[in-house]
Amino acid sequence: MKKWFAYPYGVWMIVFIVAPILLVVGYAFTDKSGAFTLANFGSVAAYAGIFGRSFLLAAVSTAVCLLMGYPLAYIMSRSGPRLQSIYMTLIMLPMWMNFLLRTYAWMSILENKGFINTFLQKIGFIDLLNRTLVPAMGWEALEYIPLINNSFAVVLGMVYNFLPFMVLPIYTVLIKLDPKIIEAAQDLGAPQSIVFRRVIFPLSLPGVISGITMVFVPAVSTFVISKMLGGGKEMMIGDLIELQFMGNAYNPQIGSAIALVMMLLIFACMAIMNRFDDGRGEEGGLML
Amino acid sequence: MNKTSRACALLLAAALPLSLTACGGSSSENGEVYVYNWGEYIDTDLISQFEKETGIKVIYNTFETNEGLYTKLQTESYDVIIPSDYMIGRMIDEDMLQPLDYSKIPNMELIDEAYTHLEFDPEQAYSVPYTWGVVGVIYNADKVDAADIGSWDLLWNEKYAGETAMFDNSRDALGVALKYLGYSLNTTDEGELRETAQFIMDKKELFQGFFMDQVLEKLPNEELVAAPYYNGDAVTMMEENESLSFYVPKEGTNLFVDAMCIPANAKNVDNAHAFINFMTSAEAALANAEYIGYSSPNNGALALMDEETRNDPISYPSTENTETFLNLPVATNELYTDLWTEILKN
Repeated sequence: MKKWFAYPYGVWMIVFIVAPILLVVGYAFTDKSGAFTLANFGSVAAYAGIFGRSFLLAAVSTAVCLLMGYPLAYIMSRSGPRLQSIYMTLIMLPMWMNFLLRTYAWMSILENKGFINTFLQKIGFIDLLNRTLVPAMGWEALEYIPLINNSFAVVLGMVYNFLPFMVLPIYTVLIKLDPKIIEAAQDLGAPQSIVFRRVIFPLSLPGVISGITMVFVPAVSTFVISKMLGGGKEMMIGDLIELQFMGNAYNPQIGSAIALVMMLLIFACMAIMNRFDDGRGEEGGLML
Repeated sequence: MNKTSRACALLLAAALPLSLTACGGSSSENGEVYVYNWGEYIDTDLISQFEKETGIKVIYNTFETNEGLYTKLQTESYDVIIPSDYMIGRMIDEDMLQPLDYSKIPNMELIDEAYTHLEFDPEQAYSVPYTWGVVGVIYNADKVDAADIGSWDLLWNEKYAGETAMFDNSRDALGVALKYLGYSLNTTDEGELRETAQFIMDKKELFQGFFMDQVLEKLPNEELVAAPYYNGDAVTMMEENESLSFYVPKEGTNLFVDAMCIPANAKNVDNAHAFINFMTSAEAALANAEYIGYSSPNNGALALMDEETRNDPISYPSTENTETFLNLPVATNELYTDLWTEILKN
């Protein structure tokens, strides 16, 4: 009724979303003198390995988030209101802390002389390994378990930081499911597993797809986590783009081309995801 | 209704930045000075002291890398910036700095001549040295055999595999390896640079990781036994963990000079000169050097300093067998980016 109220957001969107994207597109298709070129995209091909690793790590993190987040959201939606609010607080609590601080904390937890390794050392677990598993496998004696500066730590950091973005949309959809539908299925004689497989899960798909989007997109473009927990030995797309702007050669053209290719790839992933949704879900569909 | 309201919204949007600037121009009597410096690179008491003495409000921001500063300067205006040597050279070449009026910086005479008229600013027209230092190896004397120190090769000594680190920026990392292989830090020879990058790639598995500021925690916490870093930070880390020590490798190293400059697009040029002059006074330079731990090029500060610090080989290392970074040609800079991507690709 009052369209006018949407105008501030319209202006916001044009200034801070549309204009920057146009700038990125503009840089991506021009050379240093400002003439049209496609050469920038040619150089992106050389980075296929980096793209591959980033998408793989993001996909693994998203899968882990889904495997952990769905049951949690399901249990939450089935609990009493008091328990639900406790779950909710526990999920939101870490997000009240700064993202960098949280990741820094993981650094001290995972380091070779960090919290976990010191603890394992103190309870004699590492000695135990050295006496049992290590000789059996023919390894060198362990001083610590290498937990940081590898892909495992990067995935862990992403799962930790992005899990709430998976749980919340699924939970929102599940809680709004009409109990009558489930009762109807049960009345018709469906056992619990069939009710879940044929009724609850399909109806919760919009939430699942929102969750996947909200975890996968930030995961694929992260660079702080890979720097702090991955040891910086292997680049991700985020690092690569940063290098084009902040490295020795100021090269916004190639940086923009990489960013644009990444955006298109994410779009493609999302389009494929959307096909699973095929317009049935009216609720919680936070899709593009 | 529709047309007028659209116009209103546009007007509102146009007025927004104006009103923000209006708010920003608050009540300081002698205007402002916009200072852009490295993170953790000033004794912050000096800022309030300067504000009190001059009535000029300091708007202080920090950057992480020279390249970050360069990128930021493409779109923003600052009055005083503190880049390093090669970046000063590059900015002079690209007309991004303005010549200083030394009549407004009388304290310039306190600066030691060893750090003036260097190759990046041969006429000393654009910069006032702020700090200097060298890159060396910081190591844990309890964990590293005395026989293994002295050369850059400690960093890839197999005995300490997984417990050493490398710089996480291309110029410093390749610089270390270039020196080890006996080349110039400023080489533009593609063959030499490719050989150096290959060398780092071959040793990559021996490093725990590629770190910058993270070594400030990982060395004192004994996560690492050795890493290359700046002598000024070595001083700070050695206060945290007494087992740490520092040496300048025999193959030679990088001498860096960070200096205060005024960008060509500065808006408060007089205030910028006042700030530079203030920071160059003997007392301010001394307080600053003591606070940040980097070596001071200021003879006034050195005269006030206790003898122990002044003669300390880590706080004030020998500058023999050192080389300063110069601005590289565009093609070489692009090669650095390519090689760095190559090193970290897999």
